[in-house]
Amino acid sequence: MSVPQESAARTSMVAVEVRELVKRYPRSPVNAVDAISFAVEPGEVFGLLGPNGAGKTTTVGVLTTRVRPTGGSAFVGGVDVVREPVLARSRLAVVPQRSNLDRSLTIRNNLIFHAAYHGVPAAERSRRADVLLEQFGLRDRADSKPDFISGGQGQRIMIARALMHEPEVLFLDEPSTGLDPAARLFVWDRLHELRDRGVTLVLTTHDMHEAAELADRVAIMDHGQLLVIDKPRALVGSLPGAATLELATGPPDGQPVDAILVALQALPGVEAVESIRHGADGNGDSQDELRVRLYVTGEAAPLVAPAAGALAEHGLSLADVKLGSPSLEDVFIHLTGRALR
Amino acid sequence: MSAVAAPRQTEAGAFRAVLRRDLYVTWSELPVFLAQVILQPFFLLFVFGKVLGSLGYTRSGYADLLFPGLLALTAVITSMQTLAFPLVIEFGWTKEIEDRLLAPMRTGLVAVEKVVFASLRALLATTIMIPIGIVVLGSIPWRWSGFPLLVAAIVLASLLGSGIGLALGTLVPPNRINVVFSLVFTPLLFTGCSQYPWPSLARLRWFQVITAGNPMTYASETMRAALVPSVPHIAPWICLLALPGAILVLTAIGIRGFYRRAVD
Repeated sequence: MSVPQESAARTSMVAVEVRELVKRYPRSPVNAVDAISFAVEPGEVFGLLGPNGAGKTTTVGVLTTRVRPTGGSAFVGGVDVVREPVLARSRLAVVPQRSNLDRSLTIRNNLIFHAAYHGVPAAERSRRADVLLEQFGLRDRADSKPDFISGGQGQRIMIARALMHEPEVLFLDEPSTGLDPAARLFVWDRLHELRDRGVTLVLTTHDMHEAAELADRVAIMDHGQLLVIDKPRALVGSLPGAATLELATGPPDGQPVDAILVALQALPGVEAVESIRHGADGNGDSQDELRVRLYVTGEAAPLVAPAAGALAEHGLSLADVKLGSPSLEDVFIHLTGRALR
Repeated sequence: MSAVAAPRQTEAGAFRAVLRRDLYVTWSELPVFLAQVILQPFFLLFVFGKVLGSLGYTRSGYADLLFPGLLALTAVITSMQTLAFPLVIEFGWTKEIEDRLLAPMRTGLVAVEKVVFASLRALLATTIMIPIGIVVLGSIPWRWSGFPLLVAAIVLASLLGSGIGLALGTLVPPNRINVVFSLVFTPLLFTGCSQYPWPSLARLRWFQVITAGNPMTYASETMRAALVPSVPHIAPWICLLALPGAILVLTAIGIRGFYRRAVD
């Protein structure tokens, strides 16, 4: 099978591309995936975020040749996954959420046979298996059967197995859901290493923390549609007044509190100011510390210095600073009016 | 990103690798495999061929017409079991098959590999029945002139069992597997003419009609044509048309079912 010219040219540009993708399952009144389009750059970590049933798994199912789309097109490594599924499979690998390891084979042989399916020569198979088993902390379990391993180890084995044929794009479904914190960090570290090596990662998750930690860009899906695609920080930053900056100072000592509030309100990016210890009308006991909360557009941290300056002009010095940053969860709620789960 | 070379794996290569995996697993569990496939035909042979004969409940020639039928039974049952049970479990629960479905080969070839592998296991099990028959019965009917037909019969019976297994394994929902298997398995076992030659059923006309609908009947009868031609049997040319026909239909149904299971 040869690579069509057009596809070969595309390979150098994008790792994953989805155009107007539609999937409607038989006997379903609605589209599971409803005309979505996006592209993932080579070496990028791309997160598909959304609640269960949003269409993430179906989208990845199409990209990994396991779901036939109703309309639109999808490419992995420049290969049309609908027209050339066999070629596409050599360019991608899948790490599912639930173990699908071959239980008749040892852990090492799971890696070895996977590579054999993909045509990696015998000596190279063995060499890569040794390297990956070491790297994923599996060397002493290499000869056990998958029946006797923990969830975290299963996840690591499946990632190691997926890497045996050096795929261009690795699809991971909820890579750290259900893992204990240590196992989770281990998996995240390995994924960071993969990103550093230039492997394109596409992960589906409903865990905002995971998406924010791992993804360069996040696409938020709901009801089969893409609501928004951007960097996690940009998504969070776009929320109006979701970030907060809480400042505490010593007692105002007769300084008019409302004048202080006006000064803070005048800072760029501040949407609203409220005094939380003193009354907003300034009638509080002047012996108490002053504590104010600024509602900020964009990020709160850059405002700390200007706010400190404004306070200094009123003879006050900062005693405490607390940053309240919104999460991707807030972005999702903002977009849909619902919580993620 | 590194330049991507042409695909290094051919579909034939992927097919061989998946087959090698199955053979490797069989080899590493060889005693279990042999016990699993030999036990049932062995006991049928022992009780019906040896015990009942020794006690005088069956006529002297019965073991000779039972033995070819048990070869057919072993071939059909072995390939069917090899294929159907694991397939249902792999698709339904363990999802183990997914790694092979993502191998760089057409989905249908994964199903074909299952058929080839199950048939190889059936060939092995049936071949082993020959020395077992000699040990249990003392002697077995044997004609070198019937040998080519015997080989053809064993191969076709093995493929037939694979076809039945593939169709069952992909069409039956996982939660029904126990019910369906007992509903299919036992009738298949006893209506396939392995314990009696088909023409002799003329006295039980309704049962003869039923057995004519079981493709295993034609496998049993081909074995008899090869080993004990003096016993009245269905003409081999009929069997050699019926068996490939049944194999084609069942395998086609199975591959369609396999696609439905593998691709949404």
